[in-house]
Amino acid sequence: MRDVAVIGYARAPYRRSAGDLNEVELLLPVLSAALADAGLNRQQIDFVCSGSCDYLAGSAFSFVAAVDALGATPSLPESHVEMDAAWALYEAWLKFQSGEIDTALIYGFGKSSPGALPEVLSQQLDPYYLAPLWPDSISLAALQADALLASGRYSERDFAEVVADSRRAAMTTSGAQLSGLFSVDQLMAEPVFASPLRRHDCCPISDGASALVLASREKAEAIGASTAWITGLDHRMELHQLGLRDLTASPSSAAAAEKAGADRARLDVAELYAPFSPQQLILRDALGLGDGTVINPSGGVLAGHVMMAAGLDRVGEVAQRIRRGEYRRGLAHATSGPCLQHNLIAVLEADHG
Amino acid sequence: MADTFDIEALEPIQVVETPIYLHYHYIAPCTLTPFLRALKNGKLTGALSPATGKVLIPPLGACPESGTATAELLPLQDSGTVLSFTTVHLPIPDSPLKPPFTVANILLDGADQTISHLVTECDPADVVIGMRVRAHWKPREDWDFGLENIHYFVPTDEPVADVDQLRRDCLKRAEQRREGGAQHA
Repeated sequence: MRDVAVIGYARAPYRRSAGDLNEVELLLPVLSAALADAGLNRQQIDFVCSGSCDYLAGSAFSFVAAVDALGATPSLPESHVEMDAAWALYEAWLKFQSGEIDTALIYGFGKSSPGALPEVLSQQLDPYYLAPLWPDSISLAALQADALLASGRYSERDFAEVVADSRRAAMTTSGAQLSGLFSVDQLMAEPVFASPLRRHDCCPISDGASALVLASREKAEAIGASTAWITGLDHRMELHQLGLRDLTASPSSAAAAEKAGADRARLDVAELYAPFSPQQLILRDALGLGDGTVINPSGGVLAGHVMMAAGLDRVGEVAQRIRRGEYRRGLAHATSGPCLQHNLIAVLEADHG
Repeated sequence: MADTFDIEALEPIQVVETPIYLHYHYIAPCTLTPFLRALKNGKLTGALSPATGKVLIPPLGACPESGTATAELLPLQDSGTVLSFTTVHLPIPDSPLKPPFTVANILLDGADQTISHLVTECDPADVVIGMRVRAHWKPREDWDFGLENIHYFVPTDEPVADVDQLRRDCLKRAEQRREGGAQHA
């Protein structure tokens, strides 16, 4: 495996609505900031890959318009995934492994505020049997949460604890959308929204953009970059049909973590992409994370959730902490699809293999 | 009952209709808003890219060549030059346009980026690259926030332009604007 490092990261503040900023205007300052963090300019980037979804803002080919933010003159190799940008990172990582590139710029953006995101997401379900029923993402997560309660492993108080932890952690996260000190009792007193979920069990809807810069070992050493090394990366997917899955488990996360070598040494930190609080408990169990691992020091996506950038943000949050020397080894998780259908695991370390 | 479930005897289901309706609340981007407001008043504008000196229409926030934010809006003429065109002979379902009609890439005077619009009031066979055209606006009371305020473009009686020379002139003017901007800064 070729050593690849995160050498730069930036994101826009999480906002419920970016108002009159379009995707290009959201991206421009973020791309510049990520490149500045990496100490590179646009001309030094070998490959650009992005993640976004046109359904969010309802504007066709917005991923093509977003290329305006790149300054693609002279022309540059560029690719796009209609997925979270964590998978754009995966595509770029494969290009590194093929020896084709030494630097890459990854970006993700989402402007969900113009639409009704939970309904928009129902259209990623199978088009014949599920999508025509318009099951929104919150309702499906509630089905999953109810199954988890029925398993007897967790209670609604456990869900509230996840939320209280997130709100507290997010108090030191710049640009967090939701943060503060809340007791579990306080949260439990809130009304039920989609049983058994309360509103605070659901991630907020945020507009924003994020960018991350990768470099090969040769390049990173040549420019003396501050690094967080990607020592493992894998993604696994479960069945599309929810009825065929055990919604209280995440075997695809477990399999991806194993392939990424997550258990080869102690994990100091993990950023989990759990848009609904019960999912964080499912993921923690699937990944076997114990008390020795700090989970979601940023507050996770309950503090801010930009669709199509939130997974890349998990990688960025872990990478920045390792680059600052706060932790030695961490795990970043990204998810896609309903009820944790598709999961990606990246292992990041202060030292390369 | 048994023959109700005789799959072989039934017609196959070939079509399932699952219509999608999603509603979006659109807010015009801040760089596009003054352009749309000017259009509502029958004025064409383009965004100046400080990095290249080029004037872009419509203004979408960034100069795609340099990846930098665009600056102020400059006024554009409602006359221009056809840089390429196609004449459509096939009817398009639900379109108010009746074939044959001509769609052209038109470089407005003062702009460095073409817009697409209809060229009409002439025989499609007479449209040529370099043809000079002028906007034919809809009645003022029909003006809204869109380029549809221009009903179509019509040929003028000016001679056909040399588009290679036009491109060179555009680049020269952009360079002058870029240098002028750089001196200001």
